[in-house]
Amino acid sequence: MPLKPAERMKIPRNQPLIQPADDRIQNFQEVSEGFDVTRASEEALRCLECVDPVCMHGCPVEIDIREFIRLIYKKDYQGAISKIRESNYLPSICGRVCPQESLCEAVCLVGKKHEPVAIGKLERFVADYERNNGKFSPPEIAKSKGQKVAVVGSGPGGLTVAAEMAQMGYDVTIYEALHEAGGVLKYGIPEFRLPKHIVDAEVDRVKALGVKIETNVIIGRTLTIDELFDEDGYDAVYLGTGAGSPKFLNIPGENLSGVYSASELLTRVNLMKAYKFPEYDTPLKIGKRVAVIGGGDTAMDAVRTSKRLGPEETILLYRRSREQMPAREEEVHHAEEEGINFQLLTNPIRIHGDEDGWVKAIECQRMQLGEPDDEGRRRPVPIEGETVTFEVDTVVVAIGQSPNPIIQHTTPGLETTDWGTIVVDENGATTREGIYAGGDISRGGATVIEAVADGKKASRSMDAYLAEKKVKPQD
Amino acid sequence: MYEVLNRRDLAPGIVQLEVHAPLIAKKRKPGNFVIVRPTPTGERIPLTTVTSDSERGSITLIIQAIGKTTHILNRMQKGDHLSDVVGPLGEPTPIKNYGTVICIGGGVGTAVLYPITKALKEAGNRVISIIGAQSSELIILEQEMKDVSDELIVTTDDGSYGMKGFVTDALREIIPKENPQSVFAMGPLPMMKAVADMTRKPQIKTYASLNPIMMDGTGMCGACRVSVDGKLKFACVDGPEFDAHAINFDELVSRNKTYMDQEKFAMHLFQNQKECKAEATYEQ
Ligand SMILES: Cc1cc2nc3c(=O)[nH]c(=O)nc-3n(C[C@H](O)[C@H](O)[C@H](O)COP(=O)(O)OP(=O)(O)OC[C@H]3O[C@@H](n4cnc5c(N)ncnc54)[C@H](O)[C@@H]3O)c2cc1C
Ligand SMILES: Cc1cc2nc3c(=O)[nH]c(=O)nc-3n(C[C@H](O)[C@H](O)[C@H](O)COP(=O)(O)OP(=O)(O)OC[C@H]3O[C@@H](n4cnc5c(N)ncnc54)[C@H](O)[C@@H]3O)c2cc1C
Ligand code: SF4
Ligand code: SF4
Ligand code: FES
Repeated sequence: MPLKPAERMKIPRNQPLIQPADDRIQNFQEVSEGFDVTRASEEALRCLECVDPVCMHGCPVEIDIREFIRLIYKKDYQGAISKIRESNYLPSICGRVCPQESLCEAVCLVGKKHEPVAIGKLERFVADYERNNGKFSPPEIAKSKGQKVAVVGSGPGGLTVAAEMAQMGYDVTIYEALHEAGGVLKYGIPEFRLPKHIVDAEVDRVKALGVKIETNVIIGRTLTIDELFDEDGYDAVYLGTGAGSPKFLNIPGENLSGVYSASELLTRVNLMKAYKFPEYDTPLKIGKRVAVIGGGDTAMDAVRTSKRLGPEETILLYRRSREQMPAREEEVHHAEEEGINFQLLTNPIRIHGDEDGWVKAIECQRMQLGEPDDEGRRRPVPIEGETVTFEVDTVVVAIGQSPNPIIQHTTPGLETTDWGTIVVDENGATTREGIYAGGDISRGGATVIEAVADGKKASRSMDAYLAEKKVKPQD
Repeated sequence: MYEVLNRRDLAPGIVQLEVHAPLIAKKRKPGNFVIVRPTPTGERIPLTTVTSDSERGSITLIIQAIGKTTHILNRMQKGDHLSDVVGPLGEPTPIKNYGTVICIGGGVGTAVLYPITKALKEAGNRVISIIGAQSSELIILEQEMKDVSDELIVTTDDGSYGMKGFVTDALREIIPKENPQSVFAMGPLPMMKAVADMTRKPQIKTYASLNPIMMDGTGMCGACRVSVDGKLKFACVDGPEFDAHAINFDELVSRNKTYMDQEKFAMHLFQNQKECKAEATYEQ
């Protein structure tokens, strides 16, 4: 017999098995094992099946959370995953990397008094269950519309648009600059948070809808957008090219040997598998003492990746306080467990090198939080005269990425902002007819699920645009 | 997969591969390069597109075997496949009629130089070329360079062929004679630096094609960053050619040594493959 709400609320939130910190810093295996069937069933029991499921509104793609959890409770895992896939085609990814604590779980009713239902982990559970039991059958595909859509970039946004448009009956090709599909999911987010075989499996599901993926094609170089329209006969183009260009601090010493951008470090390790050198040819030199600069997801990934490569000391330098870190709480917590030396309110001002041009130390200014500004945000201000120098031989700059300008520079009529992002309206349409965009290329750095949400919205408006284009006589 | 359509040995350790890559062949301009990953476990490295044939859908690469990746490429035969080739990358060379130009190639830098020289000649320049190598057997593309130059000077360090000395020795003699408007230098960093030093005073506009370590080739990793006029530039998208008088060569020389230890280790394993195979691990 189902339990009463009050009884359900009393069940403590289930915790997945986690690799102990001492073990996991020596390998690249996934930190969290996720839920097993028992834990998932227990957790599903905690959902109150609210009449007004507010959780749904917390999810940017409005997954029918109440229903999929009900199906888990009924042990209909296939039904649950099908339900999720109606709204989100990348569940095993979002279930892992979504900042659930500030989205769906932030508004879950149980969370008002107790810990919220572990919605993300349940999503991950059903996706993993399906993959491990090999039961995937692609959703229904509409009759061919006879129109072609090109998707540029194979990150979560591009994959979503491809999946949506293919299901609507369009002939879809994804063009990807790198040699593998997946975007940041492949080259940025580390194996220990998002195993690459899981990304590959989701990419295969997109391919199962008939989507073609052309890797090693840089739009703007190998082919231009205008050629896609004029020579290859595409009817619409979606730009999901992300924000992949690393920012630097512009402090002295940043070009010394041993200074990397987080993108370089993470790409070497994740995409090029430098952690398996010499089995894989790409090298990476991590010295004995590493300093990573930044406080976001990228900084956490860079610092934890560095740690796993075996230096004696791994330091994180962040100029604000811990509360102000934009990284997910779970990741900050994991980093602390893994023995990262957090140096907060510490702002790098100069990198010193030795006679061979190699990093030997990083000099920082100690900061304190000033008076709240108009928005109530306390800005860090230098503490006069207080500097500190850390002896390090490796520095990783993880202070953010901006959009890569290749497409913007080679596509006339595409309006961009001062930050280099592409201007889109509320439907994802750019300033050029037939070209849509979303995800990090229009938002700057954002999240996976926002890229997915943008992709879904743009797919709907592309569909409307293409339907109209079809009936309208072409001149 | 990108098939090797043809292979030609140019000099000891230097091979020319014609590779099937139709989209790149259609687009590439002089000064462009590609990023190549020879095998599924391989590294991504940049190589200049020396020529292309859009009808055959092919590009030509000239590769000098230095470390593991270039050795793997040097062993490739007709019918083999490269895992990945992507491009064309970089800004094309600014080709126009400057008047008189001097094109200087050192070692395998001559492969980078050749397409640019050809384009400069076709644009109507008077082209004086200087190509140099350590010794005679390492001189590449001599005939090709002769065909696209008004005058060609060959130098060898040991004097086994042509003029004995460095390319800069030849340059020193030519500058006053020819009064060139532009100089294009492609080769080892010390050579390009020496050329820049020589043309700085007479204020001859000089372009050097830089060879920093690259990975993606699209502006994503920042590995290829160089200081030009004190400003941060990404050689893969802003270059690879820059105003030679503004480049911080010393910084680049030291950055290029970043992975020296691992490169040596990889090469050592590669050469002794039979003896010590999988057990080898690299200690940071
Ligand atoms: C290290 C790191 C960790 C992160 N962790 C999280 C997290 O835990 N949770 C979360 O929600 N978000 C996280 N993010 C943010 C998230 O990854 C991004 O918001 C998301 O991937 C954006 O998706 P996208 O589809 O817009 O583009 P991307 O994922 O950036 O993919 C863009 C793709 O387009 C390709 N491309 C670019 N230009 C061209 C071109 N001209 N031609 C062809 N292809 C091109 C690129 O190679 C790339 O594959 C993280 C980001 C980073 C860098
Ligand atoms: C724009 C550009 C065009 C080039 N064109 C040619 C060409 O036409 N023919 C040719 O023979 N060579 C060319 N090079 C150089 C070539 O890329 C390197 O010789 C090659 O990467 C060495 O790899 P390896 O594994 O064999 O040697 P390694 O043993 O790994 O390295 C030897 C040296 O090569 C350099 N190097 C190492 N890895 C890289 C990398 N990923 N990217 C760039 N340099 C690296 C470093 O200076 C290193 O010390 C070019 C380089 C650039 C940047
Ligand atoms: S996709 Fe993200 S926000 Fe939506 S339900 Fe899943 S974990 Fe929550
Ligand atoms: S808000 Fe929480 S309890 Fe209510 S339906 Fe959603 S997950 Fe269940
Ligand atoms: S090679 Fe990565 S930015 Fe230039």
